[in-house]
Amino acid sequence: MSNADIGYVPASDEMVAQDRKRRMDKARRARIRERIKLNVIRVLMVGGFFALWEIVSGRLIAPFFISAPSAIFRRLGGWIWSGDIFYHMGITATEACAGLLLGSIFGIVVGTILGRRPFLAKLLDPIITTFYSLPKVALAPLFILWIGIGIDMKITFTATIVFFLVFLNTYTGVRNVSRELISILYLMGANEMQVLRRVVLPSAITWVFAGLRISVPYSLIGAIVGELMASNKGLGALLVRAQGEFDTAGVFAALVAIMALAVVFNTAVRVLERRLMPWKSLEQGHESAV
Amino acid sequence: MVSLQPAGSAHDTGHELIRFENVSKSFELSDRTVRAVENVNLSVAKGEFVVLVGPSGCGKSTLLNMAAGLFHPTNGEVYYAGKRVDGYNLKTGYMTQNDHLLPWRDVVGNISTPLEIRGLAKGAREARVEQLIDLVGLQGFERSYPSQLSGGMRKRTALARLLAYDPETLLLDEPFAALDAQLRLNMQIELLRISRSLNKTILFVTHDLDEAVALSDRSVVFSPRPGHIRHIADTPLPRDRNLTALRHDPLYTKMTAELWDLIMPTLNETRGEAS
Ligand SMILES: Nc1ncnc2c1ncn2[C@@H]1O[C@H](COP(=O)(O)OP(=O)(O)O)[C@@H](O)[C@H]1O
Ligand SMILES: [Mg+2]
Repeated sequence: MSNADIGYVPASDEMVAQDRKRRMDKARRARIRERIKLNVIRVLMVGGFFALWEIVSGRLIAPFFISAPSAIFRRLGGWIWSGDIFYHMGITATEACAGLLLGSIFGIVVGTILGRRPFLAKLLDPIITTFYSLPKVALAPLFILWIGIGIDMKITFTATIVFFLVFLNTYTGVRNVSRELISILYLMGANEMQVLRRVVLPSAITWVFAGLRISVPYSLIGAIVGELMASNKGLGALLVRAQGEFDTAGVFAALVAIMALAVVFNTAVRVLERRLMPWKSLEQGHESAV
Repeated sequence: MVSLQPAGSAHDTGHELIRFENVSKSFELSDRTVRAVENVNLSVAKGEFVVLVGPSGCGKSTLLNMAAGLFHPTNGEVYYAGKRVDGYNLKTGYMTQNDHLLPWRDVVGNISTPLEIRGLAKGAREARVEQLIDLVGLQGFERSYPSQLSGGMRKRTALARLLAYDPETLLLDEPFAALDAQLRLNMQIELLRISRSLNKTILFVTHDLDEAVALSDRSVVFSPRPGHIRHIADTPLPRDRNLTALRHDPLYTKMTAELWDLIMPTLNETRGEAS
């Protein structure tokens, strides 16, 4: 039965779209207000924590165990002044970054190929699962034997960890691509490469980024564990040195530097995500309707 | 007057292009077998506009899928231009019931996808896309993503994309279902004009009987699932028809009434079933 038959005239598309835009603007203002409120509370909470820490240190708990925020900031200030911290951060960042890049490139390529070739995937499945369940940290001694203790060892080590995370996510993403969308493209006369570029990869990219996001902390783990085991440079080495000198403030200062690095990495991935998936940020700003 | 012919009879528009020969299709689900269509015999001539009507779930979409080569019949064969359909039928363009736009491409990107695949140069592509956007009335929404569009706008984008690659045969699955009355009429007029001027062959699914009569050369009426052809009715209207004046055409009202009487009992049988 047509709509006209039952005397129902739906709102025009343009009206619906305008109405949606109005509601989205209103929702955006509400979100900004909420964000300000959240940030104020956060600053108060963190400030309170540091104040408490400063008071407790030396009065209830010995500074040897917990140092004190003032001592940590002095140590950080000293490192910044001497430029030491930038050198070590730079080393760790290079290792983590290169490992992240290499590992994710291999992960994306292999994940895509296996995702599109079910036979290969089935063939390799038990092998991959076995390697996946191996704690990657246990491979570090092997890499040291093979590659030595230089920066390339940390990069290889990090890349191996990241590879599995990104590979598994990419594979899942590629397997989950809508078969209908692929059929529609083939019906248009597309070849495998065109289907890959226009459907498979854009569809899987959400998964790829999920893999990248969890890879960021792991890439730092890889770089720092590598440095802890064998190195005299990088934030991991700084950590080991401070610990060897019973310098609690130095240990905390190194941890702060590691956190700062992690924040930068996470932000970079988020920015990249928004740049590469413009349709996603739109969907998130979208009010759900039935 | 509505003339009822036996299933499978040829039409005088041109020579046969698509033939469903004793086609049955069933789906094996984990706990049961769904017989979607059964013993369908239908011949569609080149340039013909054939509308499939029937209650939801009777296998109309399944038939289009088989014509496009996405499904293989369980029994029988589908022939296209004399050859067995086996794998993607590249002569057909398919506008599916769910529009299946690419969520990561805006309206322009979606419409130009088939043109990119065909290797058209950028300039030619942009010009063609602009034409098509005008045709379906999506000016101002060129840079919107599917998630930002209403259902009707998505359908129109899908139609523009289909017309962009200009296939010999158009398979249209309830293409105008989400449009308001005015827009639907415009799109119907446009589709009819295109089908005549470019001599397109069209298989068109709808459950709107008015639409079936208004557009078709022939209407194929299906029974409830398992769908088989109940009647094939020639539309007694001239091929060159004025859609805006149809409401007052006694031939038109008579045929819609007759189709209604054919469909009505089957509608009751499947009441409450989702499509
Ligand atoms: N891919 C599929 N897998 C399983 N069952 C399906 C599939 N496609 C359609 N069906 C079933 O076949 C029947 C006919 O479906 P469909 O062709 O979509 O009907 P219509 O388009 O006429 O509403 C329905 O019962 C539906 O559930
Ligand atoms: Mg259907």
